[in-house]
Amino acid sequence: MTNSNKTQQREPLFHITKRTDIPLWKSLLIRVGAIVLGLLIIAIICSIMFGINPFAVFATIIEGNFGTERRFWILLQDTALLLVVGLALIPAFKMKFWNLGGNGQVLVGALATVAVMKFLGGELPDGIVWVIMLLASVIAGAIWAVIPAIFKAFFNTNESLFTLMMNYIAEALVLYFVYIWKTGASDTIEPMPMGNLPTIGNPFLLTIIVAAIITVFLAIYLKFSKHGYEISVVGESQNTAKYIGINVKKVVIRTLVLSGAMCGLVGLLLAGAIDHTMSATTAQNMGFTGIMVAWLAKFNPIIMVLSALGIQFLTKGMGRVQKKFGITSDAVSNIMIGLIYFFVIACEFFISYKIHINLKSKNKAKNSDGGNK
Amino acid sequence: MNNEIAVRFDGITKAFGSKVVANKDVTFDIYKGEILSLLGENGSGKTTLMNMLAGIYYPDKGKIFINGEEAVITSPHDAFRYKIGMIHQHFKLVDVFSAAQNIVLGIKDEKYNIKKASARIGEIAKKYGFIIDPNKKIHEMSVSEKQTVEIIKVLYRGADILVLDEPTAVLTPQEIEKLFVILRNMRRDGKTIIIITHKLNEVMEISDRVAILRKGEYVGTVETSRTSEKALTEMMVGQKIELNIDRSEPKNSEDRLIIKNITYKNREGVLVLDDVSFTARSGEILGVAGISGSGQKELLETIAGLIKPDGGDIIFHNPKKDKPVTLFHKTLKQVKELAVKGCFHYPDGSPVNLSGISDKQIKRLIDEEKIIFNEDEIMDLRNKTPLQIRELGVRLSFVPEDRLGMGLVGNMDIVDNMMLRSYRKGNPIFVDRKKPSDLADKIISELQVVTPSSHTPIRRLSGGNVQKVLVGREISYAPKVLMAAYPVRGLDINSSYAIYNLLTKQKENGAAVIFVGEDLDVLLSLCDRIIVISGGQITGVLDGRTANKEEVGLLMTKHSKEVETND
Repeated sequence: MTNSNKTQQREPLFHITKRTDIPLWKSLLIRVGAIVLGLLIIAIICSIMFGINPFAVFATIIEGNFGTERRFWILLQDTALLLVVGLALIPAFKMKFWNLGGNGQVLVGALATVAVMKFLGGELPDGIVWVIMLLASVIAGAIWAVIPAIFKAFFNTNESLFTLMMNYIAEALVLYFVYIWKTGASDTIEPMPMGNLPTIGNPFLLTIIVAAIITVFLAIYLKFSKHGYEISVVGESQNTAKYIGINVKKVVIRTLVLSGAMCGLVGLLLAGAIDHTMSATTAQNMGFTGIMVAWLAKFNPIIMVLSALGIQFLTKGMGRVQKKFGITSDAVSNIMIGLIYFFVIACEFFISYKIHINLKSKNKAKNSDGGNK
Repeated sequence: MNNEIAVRFDGITKAFGSKVVANKDVTFDIYKGEILSLLGENGSGKTTLMNMLAGIYYPDKGKIFINGEEAVITSPHDAFRYKIGMIHQHFKLVDVFSAAQNIVLGIKDEKYNIKKASARIGEIAKKYGFIIDPNKKIHEMSVSEKQTVEIIKVLYRGADILVLDEPTAVLTPQEIEKLFVILRNMRRDGKTIIIITHKLNEVMEISDRVAILRKGEYVGTVETSRTSEKALTEMMVGQKIELNIDRSEPKNSEDRLIIKNITYKNREGVLVLDDVSFTARSGEILGVAGISGSGQKELLETIAGLIKPDGGDIIFHNPKKDKPVTLFHKTLKQVKELAVKGCFHYPDGSPVNLSGISDKQIKRLIDEEKIIFNEDEIMDLRNKTPLQIRELGVRLSFVPEDRLGMGLVGNMDIVDNMMLRSYRKGNPIFVDRKKPSDLADKIISELQVVTPSSHTPIRRLSGGNVQKVLVGREISYAPKVLMAAYPVRGLDINSSYAIYNLLTKQKENGAAVIFVGEDLDVLLSLCDRIIVISGGQITGVLDGRTANKEEVGLLMTKHSKEVETND
């Protein structure tokens, strides 16, 4: 054999095989391991870059969420909001319609709510105002989502770009109306005095109850309803859908009406029950964070409760860390949250695939060495 | 042939995931200058083994020796170093390049000179008897020409060991003959040729020896001259099996589906169906023969309502004369509409008039089979959607070519796949999984589907079981017309014959079966009549009992320009 062939006698160092099934405990272990590893890296960065005791950071994260009763309720409320946005996205995502317009749909919902509060609050009995607010916000969100859906269904336009652009339009619309309706000294709308949604128990509970109802509704809708079944078929294969006579256009449009309506509802809760006003940042970027909530839970509505809680827990905790340690830049907490996300998402690879290291090549190298001597 | 060993597999094992073992401890030799057939059913690991020889996969365990030396082949590039070339089942050519450009693509050690290359391609072609135009673009070529380019590509690189993965699957009988002549020329030149195949007659015709794999394991090698198709089948399947298609005489045959002058242009404006007319009759199997891509797929999809033809008619003839109407395939509303048109009579022969009768009473009349059709129903299915066709009460079943991309949903379980056809019935909001679940269990037991349970995602089943589920669902509606496109593609012998028997049974039950197939031997022994399609035109209608392979083969290439240039 020639020399050139001998240099080729290297075996691949490792190879990757797909796992067909993995026991639950093992996949949980990998996930927990990933989070621990992420925290470890955060601890290292904290102590080296900022000279902060990492254990103080972890304690503060917990304190930021559970330090006071109010913090705890806010954690639950914001989890509920994020959860509903995440839930709103999954019917579309299951259909492989990539709705990136959650933010815009929430914003127009909030805009519609504020408009109703401003012009009808106090004019009509509260109960009627609430019903009109509900209808207005839900319809506004639905319209914002259905426009890209119609273009997708009839002209096959790219829904990701379209929904993304609708976000900017919604943001600009909100800025415009804030400007003409501004009431405060600065360019903001002061909290609305009239037409606010009722308080149940405490100011946070309404949102939490709405989220619980929607979670159950959506879990049933997706799994047991004919609509849910049609969504799955369209998402898996449009050819199959056509073959069995599902009207794909109709399903796309109907599903996005639902998706947008749920986002509009979040707008209603934000503007009508929590902020009592609106601004361009009312949506708190939940349209995008919600995507992560949905994917981390693999579109399972019940598991999404956990993923939404986890994300809000980190966000609140890091906010507290920034305040307590006098870190002015958002970048620090964003880096840390990003690291945790990175580990959680990356560990999915190790859940689906197994890596085999080739020890064989080492043995062989030893053998050939022996032969040369 | 001499007894010098060109390739030795020594204990080759390759697994995908923890459960799928594609090759297990495979050990055998291939001699220099022989044509060896690698025979085995689908999923027996033939292609995986050869892919390891070609550097696409790397074995988990075991060694490969080339010309007596241990070889480590980690990439196709390495394979060429060992003078091994593989012609894959799916061609890997750049469509917009010419033949010569494709052939020299990726060769590093010589300067790009298309003229020189063309000259060398000409030499190779002359030496082995290829017909090739080095300047012709790939997208202008027929399948057989593309295959020629692939073979010359590996010869150009100096391959001495050629692996051909199912080279005859896409060729007509005439093209196969030409290929075999070339292979024999190459053998004479001392090349070692390995053909992966599962067609026994070809194995017998071309190869010197046959190596057989079963479920990833090596069964043995036999000399072709000392074996028979029957013995090979038994080695391949591991048990004695009867390979007979019991073709019964059609009974009470009548016109069921009349296709008139169907024309269809696809999105690119290419005429895919050109004035197609034929009749499918009840109680018979109508075979559709043709090179794949000649319009078979579009023809069936047009009938099923999935694509709209540009012209022509699809007439469905429903033999309803003197039969009572049922609510199984007609809605109450449809019955009323038909009654207004005067389509029914009572058992005593008086005309049915339903005006002024309550729905409840009408239902009772229907249940008591008192409302009877005057005439056969004749419907034009052209421009009807699949849903409309079903709502008309036309029991048209369709087993599409693309099982997991059209007929079924791979990620859903068997129950949910049963539901595809029936989910609309019953409760308006929620799906009913009870009946589909019963149907799934029935199909699993009757067709002997091998599956852990009816809740296993269908993509985890083997090809044969997937097809049984699909065919089982489609025949569970007692179809009047059953269309099946390549229903045994990728199936093992046992499953294939199970499917043939199911189709024959449907025919005996009075369905008009339309069977699109690729194996001419099967078409000739299964079908009562055969239509041949070429370039979107029907080039012949033959009697399945008297037609022969050569006749069908010639009709398959009639009107097709691409093949004429080959002559």
